Amino acid sequence: MAIRIDLPVDAKVIRKLRVGDEVRLYGNVITARDMAHKYMVEERPDWLRPLLENNVIYHCGPVMKRTGKKWSAVAAGPTTSAREEPYQGTVISEYKVRAVIGKGGMGPKTLKALKKEGAVYLHAVGGLATVLAEAIKEVEAVHKLEEFGVPEAFWVFRVEDFPAIVSMDSHGKSLHAAIRKDSLEAAEKLIHG
Amino acid sequence: MAVNLADAFLELIRRASTDLPPDVCAAIEKARRREAAGSPARSVFGQIQENIKLAREKSTPICQDTGTNIYNINLPIDMPHAIVEKAILTATKRAVKKSYLRPNAVDSVTGANSGDNTGVGQPQIHFHQWKKKHMEVSLMLKGGGCENVGRQYALPNAELGAGRDLEGVRRAVIDAIQKAQGLGCAPGCLGIGIGGDRGSCFLLSKEQFLRPLDDVNPDPILRKLENRLQKELNQLGIGPMGFGGRTTVLSTKIGKMHRLPASFFVSVSYMCWAFRKARMTVRGEKVTHGY
Ligand code: SF4
Repeated sequence: MAIRIDLPVDAKVIRKLRVGDEVRLYGNVITARDMAHKYMVEERPDWLRPLLENNVIYHCGPVMKRTGKKWSAVAAGPTTSAREEPYQGTVISEYKVRAVIGKGGMGPKTLKALKKEGAVYLHAVGGLATVLAEAIKEVEAVHKLEEFGVPEAFWVFRVEDFPAIVSMDSHGKSLHAAIRKDSLEAAEKLIHG
Repeated sequence: MAVNLADAFLELIRRASTDLPPDVCAAIEKARRREAAGSPARSVFGQIQENIKLAREKSTPICQDTGTNIYNINLPIDMPHAIVEKAILTATKRAVKKSYLRPNAVDSVTGANSGDNTGVGQPQIHFHQWKKKHMEVSLMLKGGGCENVGRQYALPNAELGAGRDLEGVRRAVIDAIQKAQGLGCAPGCLGIGIGGDRGSCFLLSKEQFLRPLDDVNPDPILRKLENRLQKELNQLGIGPMGFGGRTTVLSTKIGKMHRLPASFFVSVSYMCWAFRKARMTVRGEKVTHGY
Protein backbone atom coordinates (compact mmCIF):
# COMPACT_ATOMS: atom_id res chain seq x y z
CA MET A 1 0.00 0.00 0.00
CA ALA A 2 1.31 3.40 -0.93
CA ILE A 3 1.82 5.94 1.87
CA ARG A 4 0.23 9.35 1.39
CA ILE A 5 2.55 12.29 2.03
CA ASP A 6 1.07 15.77 2.27
CA LEU A 7 3.43 18.68 1.61
CA PRO A 8 4.96 20.57 3.33
CA VAL A 9 6.01 17.71 5.58
CA ASP A 10 7.77 17.28 8.94
CA ALA A 11 11.10 15.54 9.39
CA LYS A 12 9.27 13.31 11.89
CA VAL A 13 7.00 11.89 9.17
CA ILE A 14 9.91 11.47 6.80
CA ARG A 15 11.97 9.58 9.41
CA LYS A 16 9.31 6.86 9.41
CA LEU A 17 9.88 6.04 5.75
CA ARG A 18 12.09 3.08 4.81
CA VAL A 19 13.77 1.93 1.63
CA GLY A 20 11.22 0.12 -0.57
CA ASP A 21 8.18 2.08 0.67
CA GLU A 22 5.84 3.30 -2.06
CA VAL A 23 4.57 6.85 -1.59
CA ARG A 24 2.06 9.18 -3.22
CA LEU A 25 2.75 12.90 -2.92
CA TYR A 26 0.17 15.68 -2.52
CA GLY A 27 1.16 19.36 -2.50
CA ASN A 28 3.88 21.48 -4.07
CA VAL A 29 7.13 20.19 -5.55
CA ILE A 30 9.80 22.44 -7.08
CA THR A 31 11.84 21.36 -10.10
CA ALA A 32 15.58 21.98 -10.09
CA ARG A 33 18.25 20.74 -12.46
CA ASP A 34 21.94 21.45 -13.05
CA MET A 35 21.80 25.23 -13.38
CA ALA A 36 19.42 25.54 -10.46
CA HIS A 37 21.65 23.47 -8.18
CA LYS A 38 24.76 25.36 -9.13
CA TYR A 39 22.88 28.60 -8.47
CA MET A 40 21.56 27.43 -5.09
CA VAL A 41 25.01 26.44 -3.85
CA GLU A 42 27.00 29.33 -5.31
CA GLU A 43 24.56 32.16 -4.59
CA ARG A 44 22.46 30.77 -1.71
CA PRO A 45 19.43 32.92 -2.63
CA ASP A 46 17.12 33.72 0.28
CA TRP A 47 13.99 34.07 -1.82
CA LEU A 48 13.99 30.29 -2.26
CA ARG A 49 13.89 29.48 1.45
CA PRO A 50 10.12 29.68 1.98
CA LEU A 51 9.55 27.66 -1.18
CA LEU A 52 11.89 24.84 -0.25
CA GLU A 53 11.60 24.52 3.53
CA ASN A 54 9.96 21.18 4.42
CA ASN A 55 9.21 20.71 0.76
CA VAL A 56 10.37 18.59 -2.14
CA ILE A 57 12.87 19.15 -4.95
CA TYR A 58 12.13 17.36 -8.20
CA HIS A 59 14.96 16.61 -10.65
CA CYS A 60 13.00 17.23 -13.80
CA GLY A 61 13.35 19.21 -17.02
CA PRO A 62 9.76 19.34 -18.19
CA VAL A 63 8.19 19.98 -21.56
CA MET A 64 5.79 22.89 -20.89
CA LYS A 65 3.01 24.42 -22.86
CA ARG A 66 1.64 27.91 -22.59
CA THR A 67 -1.97 28.65 -23.44
CA GLY A 68 -2.54 32.38 -23.04
CA LYS A 69 -0.88 33.15 -19.70
CA LYS A 70 -1.34 29.69 -18.28
CA TRP A 71 1.39 27.07 -18.22
CA SER A 72 0.76 23.36 -18.14
CA ALA A 73 3.14 20.41 -18.00
CA VAL A 74 3.08 18.26 -21.11
CA ALA A 75 5.79 15.82 -20.09
CA ALA A 76 7.47 15.81 -16.71
CA GLY A 77 9.41 12.68 -15.82
CA PRO A 78 12.50 12.60 -13.59
CA THR A 79 16.01 13.22 -14.87
CA THR A 80 19.28 11.62 -13.72
CA SER A 81 20.03 12.72 -10.17
CA ALA A 82 23.70 11.74 -10.05
CA ARG A 83 24.64 15.00 -11.77
CA GLU A 84 23.54 16.93 -8.66
CA GLU A 85 25.58 14.81 -6.24
CA PRO A 86 28.22 17.53 -5.72
CA TYR A 87 25.49 20.01 -4.68
CA GLN A 88 22.62 18.03 -3.18
CA GLY A 89 23.82 17.55 0.38
CA THR A 90 24.50 21.26 0.78
CA VAL A 91 21.12 22.17 -0.73
CA ILE A 92 19.26 19.79 1.60
CA SER A 93 20.97 21.19 4.70
CA GLU A 94 20.85 24.83 3.64
CA TYR A 95 17.18 24.88 2.61
CA LYS A 96 15.76 22.13 4.91
CA VAL A 97 14.48 20.11 1.98
CA ARG A 98 12.59 16.97 3.07
CA ALA A 99 12.71 14.92 -0.09
CA VAL A 100 14.39 14.82 -3.44
CA ILE A 101 12.66 13.08 -6.35
CA GLY A 102 14.73 11.87 -9.26
CA LYS A 103 16.02 8.78 -10.93
CA GLY A 104 19.08 6.61 -10.60
CA GLY A 105 19.74 7.42 -6.95
CA MET A 106 22.52 9.49 -5.45
CA GLY A 107 25.83 8.98 -3.67
CA PRO A 108 27.23 8.89 -0.14
CA LYS A 109 27.33 12.68 0.36
CA THR A 110 23.59 12.92 -0.22
CA LEU A 111 22.88 9.83 1.88
CA LYS A 112 24.74 11.45 4.77
CA ALA A 113 22.71 14.65 4.44
CA LEU A 114 19.44 12.67 4.33
CA LYS A 115 20.36 11.02 7.61
CA LYS A 116 21.51 14.22 9.28
CA GLU A 117 18.56 16.38 8.23
CA GLY A 118 15.73 13.84 8.14
CA ALA A 119 15.05 13.59 4.44
CA VAL A 120 14.58 10.89 1.79
CA TYR A 121 15.38 10.25 -1.83
CA LEU A 122 12.35 9.23 -3.87
CA HIS A 123 12.76 7.36 -7.11
CA ALA A 124 10.23 8.00 -9.84
CA VAL A 125 10.21 5.83 -12.93
CA GLY A 126 12.42 7.50 -15.52
CA GLY A 127 10.77 8.44 -18.78
CA LEU A 128 7.30 8.26 -17.28
CA ALA A 129 6.61 11.69 -18.66
CA THR A 130 2.95 11.53 -19.54
CA VAL A 131 1.79 9.59 -16.51
CA LEU A 132 3.64 11.97 -14.18
CA ALA A 133 2.42 15.04 -16.08
CA GLU A 134 -1.11 13.81 -15.35
CA ALA A 135 -0.30 13.95 -11.63
CA ILE A 136 0.62 17.64 -11.97
CA LYS A 137 -2.62 19.45 -11.40
CA GLU A 138 -1.46 23.04 -11.51
CA VAL A 139 1.60 25.10 -12.34
CA GLU A 140 1.73 27.45 -9.35
CA ALA A 141 4.71 29.54 -10.42
CA VAL A 142 7.94 29.59 -12.35
CA HIS A 143 11.25 31.27 -11.43
CA LYS A 144 14.34 32.05 -13.50
CA LEU A 145 12.58 31.09 -16.71
CA GLU A 146 14.26 33.77 -18.85
CA GLU A 147 17.71 33.11 -17.55
CA PHE A 148 17.71 29.29 -17.37
CA GLY A 149 15.27 28.27 -20.11
CA VAL A 150 12.31 25.90 -19.87
CA PRO A 151 14.02 22.66 -18.80
CA GLU A 152 16.27 24.31 -16.18
CA ALA A 153 13.88 26.81 -14.59
CA PHE A 154 12.39 26.40 -11.10
CA TRP A 155 8.82 25.22 -11.77
CA VAL A 156 6.45 25.02 -8.83
CA PHE A 157 4.02 22.17 -9.46
CA ARG A 158 1.00 21.27 -7.36
CA VAL A 159 0.78 17.50 -7.56
CA GLU A 160 -1.78 14.91 -6.57
CA ASP A 161 -1.22 11.19 -6.29
CA PHE A 162 2.34 11.50 -7.58
CA PRO A 163 3.93 7.99 -7.43
CA ALA A 164 7.48 7.26 -6.30
CA ILE A 165 9.40 4.76 -4.21
CA VAL A 166 11.80 5.44 -1.35
CA SER A 167 15.18 4.23 -2.58
CA MET A 168 17.35 6.08 -0.01
CA ASP A 169 16.05 6.70 3.49
CA SER A 170 17.04 8.78 6.51
CA HIS A 171 18.54 5.75 8.27
CA GLY A 172 21.53 5.39 5.99
CA LYS A 173 20.03 2.73 3.72
CA SER A 174 20.30 2.88 -0.07
CA LEU A 175 18.66 0.42 -2.46
CA HIS A 176 21.12 1.60 -5.11
CA ALA A 177 24.14 0.70 -3.00
CA ALA A 178 22.72 -2.79 -2.40
CA ILE A 179 21.98 -3.47 -6.08
CA ARG A 180 25.37 -2.07 -7.06
CA LYS A 181 27.13 -4.42 -4.68
CA ASP A 182 25.20 -7.53 -5.81
CA SER A 183 25.57 -6.73 -9.50
CA LEU A 184 29.29 -6.13 -9.06
CA GLU A 185 29.67 -9.58 -7.52
CA ALA A 186 27.69 -11.11 -10.40
CA ALA A 187 29.78 -9.20 -12.98
CA GLU A 188 33.05 -10.30 -11.39
CA LYS A 189 31.92 -13.89 -11.54
CA LEU A 190 31.02 -13.52 -15.23
CA ILE A 191 34.27 -11.76 -16.03
CA HIS A 192 36.82 -13.64 -13.97
CA GLY A 193 34.97 -16.94 -13.60
CA MET B 1 6.38 19.81 -55.74
CA ALA B 2 3.11 19.00 -54.05
CA VAL B 3 4.67 17.27 -51.07
CA ASN B 4 5.16 19.61 -48.19
CA LEU B 5 8.36 18.17 -46.77
CA ALA B 6 8.21 20.15 -43.54
CA ASP B 7 4.73 18.74 -42.83
CA ALA B 8 5.98 15.24 -43.55
CA PHE B 9 8.92 15.70 -41.15
CA LEU B 10 6.66 17.16 -38.48
CA GLU B 11 4.51 14.03 -38.60
CA LEU B 12 7.65 11.89 -38.43
CA ILE B 13 8.75 13.77 -35.31
CA ARG B 14 5.30 13.48 -33.74
CA ARG B 15 5.30 9.72 -34.24
CA ALA B 16 8.83 9.26 -32.98
CA SER B 17 8.24 11.32 -29.84
CA THR B 18 4.76 10.21 -28.81
CA ASP B 19 4.77 6.48 -29.48
CA LEU B 20 7.08 3.49 -29.32
CA PRO B 21 7.59 1.09 -32.23
CA PRO B 22 5.97 -2.37 -32.12
CA ASP B 23 9.26 -4.26 -31.65
CA VAL B 24 10.07 -2.24 -28.53
CA CYS B 25 6.53 -2.62 -27.12
CA ALA B 26 6.73 -6.38 -27.67
CA ALA B 27 10.08 -6.59 -25.87
CA ILE B 28 8.70 -4.62 -22.92
CA GLU B 29 5.63 -6.87 -22.63
CA LYS B 30 7.83 -9.98 -22.75
CA ALA B 31 10.03 -8.52 -20.02
CA ARG B 32 7.04 -7.63 -17.84
CA ARG B 33 5.81 -11.21 -17.93
CA ARG B 34 9.23 -12.49 -16.90
CA GLU B 35 9.22 -10.53 -13.64
CA ALA B 36 7.70 -11.99 -10.48
CA ALA B 37 4.12 -10.96 -9.73
CA GLY B 38 3.99 -8.19 -7.12
CA SER B 39 7.68 -7.24 -7.55
CA PRO B 40 8.75 -3.59 -7.97
CA ALA B 41 10.19 -4.63 -11.36
CA ARG B 42 6.85 -5.83 -12.61
CA SER B 43 5.12 -2.70 -11.34
CA VAL B 44 7.69 -0.53 -13.17
CA PHE B 45 6.91 -2.30 -16.44
CA GLY B 46 3.20 -1.80 -15.80
CA GLN B 47 3.75 1.93 -15.26
CA ILE B 48 5.84 2.10 -18.42
CA GLN B 49 3.08 0.47 -20.46
CA GLU B 50 0.47 2.81 -19.00
CA ASN B 51 2.69 5.73 -19.98
CA ILE B 52 3.07 4.48 -23.55
CA LYS B 53 -0.68 4.08 -23.91
CA LEU B 54 -1.44 7.50 -22.49
CA ALA B 55 1.22 9.23 -24.60
CA ARG B 56 -0.12 7.58 -27.74
CA GLU B 57 -3.70 8.61 -26.97
CA LYS B 58 -2.84 12.18 -26.11
CA SER B 59 -0.02 12.67 -28.63
CA THR B 60 2.33 13.86 -25.89
CA PRO B 61 6.02 12.92 -25.54
CA ILE B 62 6.75 9.43 -24.15
CA CYS B 63 9.58 11.04 -22.19
CA GLN B 64 10.27 14.70 -21.54
CA ASP B 65 13.85 14.33 -22.72
CA THR B 66 13.21 14.27 -26.43
CA GLY B 67 16.90 13.71 -26.92
CA THR B 68 19.36 14.23 -29.70
CA ASN B 69 17.33 13.99 -32.89
CA ILE B 70 19.34 11.66 -35.10
CA TYR B 71 18.33 11.45 -38.74
CA ASN B 72 19.65 8.88 -41.18
CA ILE B 73 18.58 9.78 -44.67
CA ASN B 74 18.98 7.90 -47.92
CA LEU B 75 18.68 10.43 -50.67
CA PRO B 76 18.19 10.14 -54.45
CA ILE B 77 21.02 11.68 -56.44
CA ASP B 78 18.95 14.56 -57.79
CA MET B 79 17.68 15.68 -54.38
CA PRO B 80 19.67 18.52 -52.78
CA HIS B 81 20.69 18.15 -49.13
CA ALA B 82 19.91 21.78 -48.47
CA ILE B 83 16.18 21.41 -49.21
CA VAL B 84 15.83 18.44 -46.90
CA GLU B 85 17.83 20.11 -44.16
CA LYS B 86 15.70 23.22 -44.34
CA ALA B 87 12.52 21.17 -44.08
CA ILE B 88 13.90 19.37 -41.02
CA LEU B 89 14.78 22.64 -39.29
CA THR B 90 11.35 24.10 -40.00
CA ALA B 91 9.64 20.94 -38.77
CA THR B 92 11.83 20.86 -35.63
CA LYS B 93 10.89 24.41 -34.65
CA ARG B 94 7.22 23.68 -35.24
CA ALA B 95 7.48 20.48 -33.22
CA VAL B 96 8.81 22.50 -30.26
CA LYS B 97 5.83 24.86 -30.50
CA LYS B 98 3.52 21.87 -30.52
CA SER B 99 5.40 20.36 -27.54
CA TYR B 100 6.37 17.20 -29.42
CA LEU B 101 9.97 18.19 -28.72
CA ARG B 102 11.62 20.02 -25.85
CA PRO B 103 14.03 22.89 -26.59
CA ASN B 104 17.06 20.71 -26.09
CA ALA B 105 19.99 22.59 -27.62
CA VAL B 106 22.26 24.30 -25.11
CA ASP B 107 25.34 26.35 -25.99
CA SER B 108 28.21 24.39 -24.47
CA VAL B 109 30.11 27.52 -23.42
CA THR B 110 27.47 30.07 -22.42
CA GLY B 111 24.84 27.57 -21.25
CA ALA B 112 22.17 29.45 -23.21
CA ASN B 113 19.31 27.38 -24.58
CA SER B 114 18.60 28.18 -28.24
CA GLY B 115 14.90 27.85 -27.43
CA ASP B 116 13.87 26.00 -30.58
CA ASN B 117 15.83 22.75 -30.34
CA THR B 118 18.16 23.68 -33.18
CA GLY B 119 21.83 24.52 -32.92
CA VAL B 120 25.24 23.27 -33.92
CA GLY B 121 24.82 19.50 -34.23
CA GLN B 122 21.15 19.44 -33.24
CA PRO B 123 19.38 17.95 -35.09
CA GLN B 124 22.06 15.50 -36.15
CA ILE B 125 21.61 14.64 -39.82
CA HIS B 126 23.45 11.89 -41.68
CA PHE B 127 22.94 11.95 -45.44
CA HIS B 128 23.72 8.98 -47.65
CA GLN B 129 23.16 9.28 -51.36
CA TRP B 130 21.77 6.25 -53.12
CA LYS B 131 20.73 5.17 -56.60
CA LYS B 132 17.04 4.69 -55.84
CA LYS B 133 14.41 7.24 -56.80
CA HIS B 134 12.81 7.68 -53.39
CA MET B 135 13.98 9.16 -50.10
CA GLU B 136 14.05 7.07 -46.95
CA VAL B 137 14.35 8.69 -43.55
CA SER B 138 14.83 7.19 -40.13
CA LEU B 139 14.62 9.32 -37.00
CA MET B 140 15.76 8.28 -33.57
CA LEU B 141 15.42 10.33 -30.37
CA LYS B 142 18.39 9.54 -28.17
CA GLY B 143 17.96 10.65 -24.58
CA GLY B 144 20.75 12.21 -22.54
CA GLY B 145 20.46 10.07 -19.42
CA CYS B 146 21.17 6.88 -21.33
CA GLU B 147 23.78 8.57 -23.51
CA ASN B 148 25.71 9.42 -20.35
CA VAL B 149 26.13 5.75 -19.41
CA GLY B 150 27.65 4.81 -22.78
CA ARG B 151 31.31 3.76 -22.61
CA GLN B 152 34.29 3.18 -24.80
CA TYR B 153 37.16 0.78 -24.11
CA ALA B 154 40.59 0.67 -25.69
CA LEU B 155 41.65 -2.94 -25.38
CA PRO B 156 43.65 -4.44 -23.80
CA ASN B 157 42.30 -3.49 -20.40
CA ALA B 158 44.39 -4.92 -17.59
CA GLU B 159 41.84 -4.38 -14.84
CA LEU B 160 39.24 -6.48 -16.65
CA GLY B 161 41.79 -8.91 -18.01
CA ALA B 162 40.29 -8.02 -21.36
CA GLY B 163 42.51 -8.76 -24.36
CA ARG B 164 42.10 -7.89 -28.02
CA ASP B 165 39.61 -10.61 -28.84
CA LEU B 166 35.91 -11.41 -28.48
CA GLU B 167 36.38 -12.51 -24.88
CA GLY B 168 37.82 -9.06 -24.23
CA VAL B 169 34.76 -7.49 -25.87
CA ARG B 170 32.48 -9.61 -23.69
CA ARG B 171 34.24 -8.48 -20.52
CA ALA B 172 34.13 -4.84 -21.54
CA VAL B 173 30.38 -4.97 -22.21
CA ILE B 174 29.62 -6.66 -18.88
CA ASP B 175 31.69 -4.00 -17.12
CA ALA B 176 29.87 -1.19 -18.94
CA ILE B 177 26.41 -2.47 -18.03
CA GLN B 178 27.33 -3.14 -14.43
CA LYS B 179 28.61 0.43 -14.17
CA ALA B 180 25.50 1.79 -15.91
CA GLN B 181 23.20 0.31 -13.22
CA GLY B 182 19.67 1.69 -13.70
CA LEU B 183 20.98 5.16 -14.56
CA GLY B 184 20.14 5.02 -18.25
CA CYS B 185 16.50 4.18 -17.49
CA ALA B 186 17.01 0.43 -17.62
CA PRO B 187 16.20 -1.92 -19.19
CA GLY B 188 18.41 -0.80 -22.03
CA CYS B 189 18.82 -1.77 -25.65
CA LEU B 190 22.51 -2.07 -26.41
CA GLY B 191 24.38 -1.05 -29.54
CA ILE B 192 27.96 -2.29 -29.53
CA GLY B 193 30.68 -1.38 -32.01
CA ILE B 194 34.00 -3.20 -32.42
CA GLY B 195 36.92 -1.66 -34.32
CA GLY B 196 37.38 1.62 -36.20
CA ASP B 197 38.78 4.68 -34.49
CA ARG B 198 37.17 6.27 -31.44
CA GLY B 199 34.73 8.32 -33.49
CA SER B 200 33.68 5.74 -36.06
CA CYS B 201 33.40 3.06 -33.38
CA PHE B 202 30.81 5.06 -31.46
CA LEU B 203 28.92 5.78 -34.66
CA LEU B 204 28.91 2.08 -35.48
CA SER B 205 27.49 1.28 -32.06
CA LYS B 206 24.67 3.81 -32.68
CA GLU B 207 23.97 2.31 -36.09
CA GLN B 208 23.05 -0.93 -34.36
CA PHE B 209 19.97 0.90 -33.06
CA LEU B 210 18.65 1.00 -36.61
CA ARG B 211 18.27 -2.79 -36.55
CA PRO B 212 14.87 -4.18 -35.56
CA LEU B 213 15.07 -5.62 -32.02
CA ASP B 214 14.06 -9.08 -33.20
CA ASP B 215 16.44 -9.33 -36.18
CA VAL B 216 19.18 -11.94 -36.43
CA ASN B 217 22.79 -10.92 -36.94
CA PRO B 218 23.93 -12.42 -40.27
CA ASP B 219 27.43 -12.88 -38.84
CA PRO B 220 27.30 -16.17 -36.89
CA ILE B 221 30.19 -15.22 -34.59
CA LEU B 222 28.64 -11.90 -33.59
CA ARG B 223 25.22 -13.53 -33.30
CA LYS B 224 26.60 -16.02 -30.81
CA LEU B 225 28.19 -13.26 -28.74
CA GLU B 226 24.96 -11.21 -28.84
CA ASN B 227 22.97 -14.16 -27.51
CA ARG B 228 25.49 -14.98 -24.82
CA LEU B 229 25.76 -11.37 -23.61
CA GLN B 230 22.00 -10.95 -23.61
CA LYS B 231 21.68 -13.90 -21.24
CA GLU B 232 24.61 -12.95 -19.04
CA LEU B 233 23.73 -9.28 -18.69
CA ASN B 234 20.31 -10.26 -17.42
CA GLN B 235 22.01 -12.24 -14.68
CA LEU B 236 23.38 -9.01 -13.21
CA GLY B 237 20.05 -8.47 -11.43
CA ILE B 238 19.99 -4.71 -11.97
CA GLY B 239 16.44 -4.76 -13.32
CA PRO B 240 14.20 -1.96 -14.56
CA MET B 241 15.28 1.41 -13.12
CA GLY B 242 17.91 -0.44 -11.10
CA PHE B 243 15.30 -1.67 -8.60
CA GLY B 244 16.46 -5.27 -9.10
CA GLY B 245 14.89 -7.85 -11.42
CA ARG B 246 15.34 -10.29 -14.23
CA THR B 247 15.54 -7.86 -17.13
CA THR B 248 18.52 -5.52 -17.28
CA VAL B 249 18.77 -5.33 -21.08
CA LEU B 250 16.07 -5.80 -23.71
CA SER B 251 18.41 -6.36 -26.65
CA THR B 252 22.10 -6.68 -27.53
CA LYS B 253 23.29 -5.81 -31.05
CA ILE B 254 26.90 -5.90 -32.21
CA GLY B 255 28.58 -4.57 -35.35
CA LYS B 256 32.21 -4.70 -36.42
CA MET B 257 34.48 -2.69 -38.68
CA HIS B 258 38.15 -2.80 -39.62
CA ARG B 259 40.63 -1.28 -37.23
CA LEU B 260 44.23 -0.20 -37.30
CA PRO B 261 46.69 -2.83 -36.14
CA ALA B 262 47.55 -0.51 -33.26
CA SER B 263 44.01 -0.03 -31.84
CA PHE B 264 41.12 -2.15 -30.67
CA PHE B 265 38.09 -0.13 -29.59
CA VAL B 266 34.84 -1.37 -28.13
CA SER B 267 32.00 1.13 -27.85
CA VAL B 268 28.86 0.48 -25.87
CA SER B 269 25.90 2.73 -26.58
CA TYR B 270 22.90 2.48 -24.29
CA MET B 271 19.34 3.21 -25.37
CA CYS B 272 16.79 3.54 -22.57
CA TRP B 273 13.47 1.66 -22.59
CA ALA B 274 11.98 4.78 -24.22
CA PHE B 275 13.50 3.70 -27.52
CA ARG B 276 11.89 6.19 -29.89
CA LYS B 277 12.37 5.67 -33.59
CA ALA B 278 10.24 6.16 -36.68
CA ARG B 279 10.64 5.94 -40.44
CA MET B 280 9.32 7.76 -43.45
CA THR B 281 9.47 7.17 -47.19
CA VAL B 282 8.93 9.92 -49.73
CA ARG B 283 8.25 8.54 -53.20
CA GLY B 284 7.25 11.23 -55.67
CA GLU B 285 4.13 12.76 -54.13
CA LYS B 286 3.54 9.92 -51.74
CA VAL B 287 4.65 10.06 -48.12
CA THR B 288 4.47 6.91 -45.97
CA HIS B 289 5.12 6.94 -42.23
CA GLY B 290 5.98 3.85 -40.27
CA TYR B 291 8.52 2.32 -37.85
S1 SF4 C 1 17.19 7.93 -20.35
FE1 SF4 C 1 15.48 7.80 -21.78
S2 SF4 C 1 13.63 7.38 -20.57
FE2 SF4 C 1 15.26 8.07 -19.23
S3 SF4 C 1 14.90 10.26 -19.01
FE3 SF4 C 1 16.42 9.98 -20.64
S4 SF4 C 1 15.23 9.85 -22.52
FE4 SF4 C 1 13.82 9.57 -20.85
